Amino acid sequence: MSSIVIVGAGAAGIAAAEVLCAQGHRPVLIDEAERAGGQGYRQPAPDLALDMRRLMGSEAARYEALHRRFAALTERIDYRPRTLVWAVEGGTLHLLREGRAETIEATTLLLATGAMDRIAPMPGWTLPGVFTLGGAQVALKDQGCLIGRRVAFLGSSPLLLLAARQYRQMGGEVAVVADTTGLAAKARALPHLLASPRTLLRGLGYMADTLRAGTPLLHGVTPLAIEGDGHVESLRLRDAAGREHRFACDAVALGYGLKPESQLADLAGASFAYDTDFRLFLPKTDGFGRARPGLYLAGDGVAIGGADAAEASGALAAYAILSDLGKPNDAAAIPLMRRVVRLRRFQRGLARAFAWPVAQIRAQAAETVLCRCESVTIGAVRAAMAQALGPVEVNRVKAMTRCGMGRCQGRVCGPALQEIVAAATARDGAAAGRLRGQAPVKPIALAAAGDIAP
Amino acid sequence: MRGASTDVAIIGGGLIGVWTAFFLARRGQRVVLFERDVVGAQSSGTNFGNLRLQGRFPGQYPLALRSHELWEDFEALIGEGCEFARTGHLYCAFDAAEQARLEAYAQVSQQHGVVIERLEQPELRKRFPWLGGRAVAATYSPRDATANPRLATPAVARAARRLGVEIRENARVTAVARHGAGFVVTTADGTELGCGALVNAAGAWAVEMAECFGETAPVFAAGPPQFVTEPLPFVMAPSLQTIDGSVIARQTERGNVILAGYPRTAADAVGNRAPVPPAKTLAAMRALAGLVPALAHGHVIRVWSGIEGYLPDMIPVIGRSETTPWLFHAFGFCGHGFQIGPGVGHYLSDMIVDGADPPPLAPFSIARFRTSATISDKFHKEFDDRPDKGNRALSARPS
Repeated sequence: MSSIVIVGAGAAGIAAAEVLCAQGHRPVLIDEAERAGGQGYRQPAPDLALDMRRLMGSEAARYEALHRRFAALTERIDYRPRTLVWAVEGGTLHLLREGRAETIEATTLLLATGAMDRIAPMPGWTLPGVFTLGGAQVALKDQGCLIGRRVAFLGSSPLLLLAARQYRQMGGEVAVVADTTGLAAKARALPHLLASPRTLLRGLGYMADTLRAGTPLLHGVTPLAIEGDGHVESLRLRDAAGREHRFACDAVALGYGLKPESQLADLAGASFAYDTDFRLFLPKTDGFGRARPGLYLAGDGVAIGGADAAEASGALAAYAILSDLGKPNDAAAIPLMRRVVRLRRFQRGLARAFAWPVAQIRAQAAETVLCRCESVTIGAVRAAMAQALGPVEVNRVKAMTRCGMGRCQGRVCGPALQEIVAAATARDGAAAGRLRGQAPVKPIALAAAGDIAP
Repeated sequence: MRGASTDVAIIGGGLIGVWTAFFLARRGQRVVLFERDVVGAQSSGTNFGNLRLQGRFPGQYPLALRSHELWEDFEALIGEGCEFARTGHLYCAFDAAEQARLEAYAQVSQQHGVVIERLEQPELRKRFPWLGGRAVAATYSPRDATANPRLATPAVARAARRLGVEIRENARVTAVARHGAGFVVTTADGTELGCGALVNAAGAWAVEMAECFGETAPVFAAGPPQFVTEPLPFVMAPSLQTIDGSVIARQTERGNVILAGYPRTAADAVGNRAPVPPAKTLAAMRALAGLVPALAHGHVIRVWSGIEGYLPDMIPVIGRSETTPWLFHAFGFCGHGFQIGPGVGHYLSDMIVDGADPPPLAPFSIARFRTSATISDKFHKEFDDRPDKGNRALSARPS
């Protein structure tokens, strides 16, 4: 019997485990988090009285259903929460559990590692009180906390409105919802967005909510600075008409869309290709999620598609695994594939509408911090590139400047670094290159290796 | 000569190639340097950054000491810094047998004028209180230093360029051939360049080129497992090494601890891959935490390796070709080329320009591989697989 290991207990991983269980397999499901659900369907701590039904709004039924399904599954899988996969070497996964290193063998590996926020640097983005939009939602769903009393939501994402609505519901005050994407660009994307009318309607509903609540809602802004003395005090921006505004606030949530957490896919040997809509290097798979023999990828960790697409792509990858083990089920897989294609097309439309602010990043002043782990400014990167025999590719820039060399290993600054390098070389993002992945996927303590044998 | 020509062509833009270019240019030579990728991309840029004087191969001291002077003078010579720091180097032994080996090294070092301090417990702990209990003795060499390899090679390349060296990056050499009294070098784009002298400093790819001229050396491509921690409170001033090779570590001024260790792992020079087996990372983490307990809760943030060329007697090939006049080799630096890089460039340029045979280069002639080579004790200890397995040229003679 082959050992099937799934990494990530979000919508994709759970859906995959379900399909595999139904066919008599007992997959291992490894998850870094304390509780299953991933980012989208994150559960609060059990002793926290949080009204998730209200918080999840239109998604409450799906949230409850997923957790119900997972609860029914736990006895039939080898579920390992609080476990980090820090390296992949052939068929061996290197794990970190309760502070100790261990390994597990996988003949079949399905990575459903999800996504994280993509950050566009601006003056003041490293001030205490600035969070990613995802971080703002984690604080809320995981711990019932708000990131501030009066929060400004800034970025280029339909989720700004959703998060602002959740914050209002939980008693927070919303200073402004400011989107760098103009209304015209959003209107142009409408045809693509009709690929998922349910999601489109939901988005329009959030917009209506925001206006009803009297929250300032701005489209097509240019962010100028997050200001404050040791902590966020205000957000300064220019509106589409060119007027400057300053919004008093004590926290800012920045949301510029998501990027796949593809480090494990990289270590496991997936190949990558540059995607011009997302302006990111994404792992390559076939229509079912096969990256190479024995390696399958699903969910937002391979292509941003949202929770519904993640769930469908997880099940689809599980059918691909079953098929490769000699049990094809095209009747189930084909409709799923169509669904994944449709939902990912919708996200592609969103990525075009709510564009990654390339011009804004490229226009940043030299003093703006690019890499917060190593305190590297955009100016330092430009200076390194401008010198004779200077680097023209992200990995070399990293070697010369330490940008992307710190604790996060470029997970945060990587996409913006790519734009700065592309701008300095007058080339596209693809030519700027991709930061090469290396273990450990997240930092691990020396003590995790155990003691020296006496 | 057809088309363009130069005095000296150098193949390989690693540390050896750029230092050689720099000194040749200082002596008035017209130099073109070819690099298949970008300067300093391979082991020159990924090595550990040790500038160690104690414990070297005895025949290497004249070269190492000249090199050290050049490193100490780097900023004045090159016009920019490379994070050179005179950290000192602490060489540790875990038992009496290892201490005896340290003593043998210390005597060789001292014969060449390197100052060595011998430390035993409890003075060792008193002097370096962060050192755990396992080390029984150590030798300390205060003049040893470290530098940042990522910065050094491009800096030297820029200095060479200011002196008129033409550096061609992303220029893969596809053919080298005799032409009249000199050579013609052809690159992948079809460009040809004539030259009077040719320097083969192509690192792990150098043997291929030597073989074009009917000579060879049993180079084995491998890389050390390395890792770096997040910045930690500064505790460890000297560069630290255990004689069993389990720990070679240093802490940068900003607090990151960098580690390299044995055994090295076979690398794929053709596919350009130098893997780091996680089991080796864990072993090195255990060894470091055992030696410096204060670091046990520090986090490792990245592992890496780099492709290095090793030879069975664990010393490089440096000097003139045995088969071809005006061809010069400098490769197979066995993981310790960083420290001697400037001296190699210095003496090799003398050899080329003056036609002399500088004594510091005498031990490194490729001629020693005409007969089967002596296999160094280190060669067996510092790799996991015996790299000479299946290699007839090496196994012909027992070590």
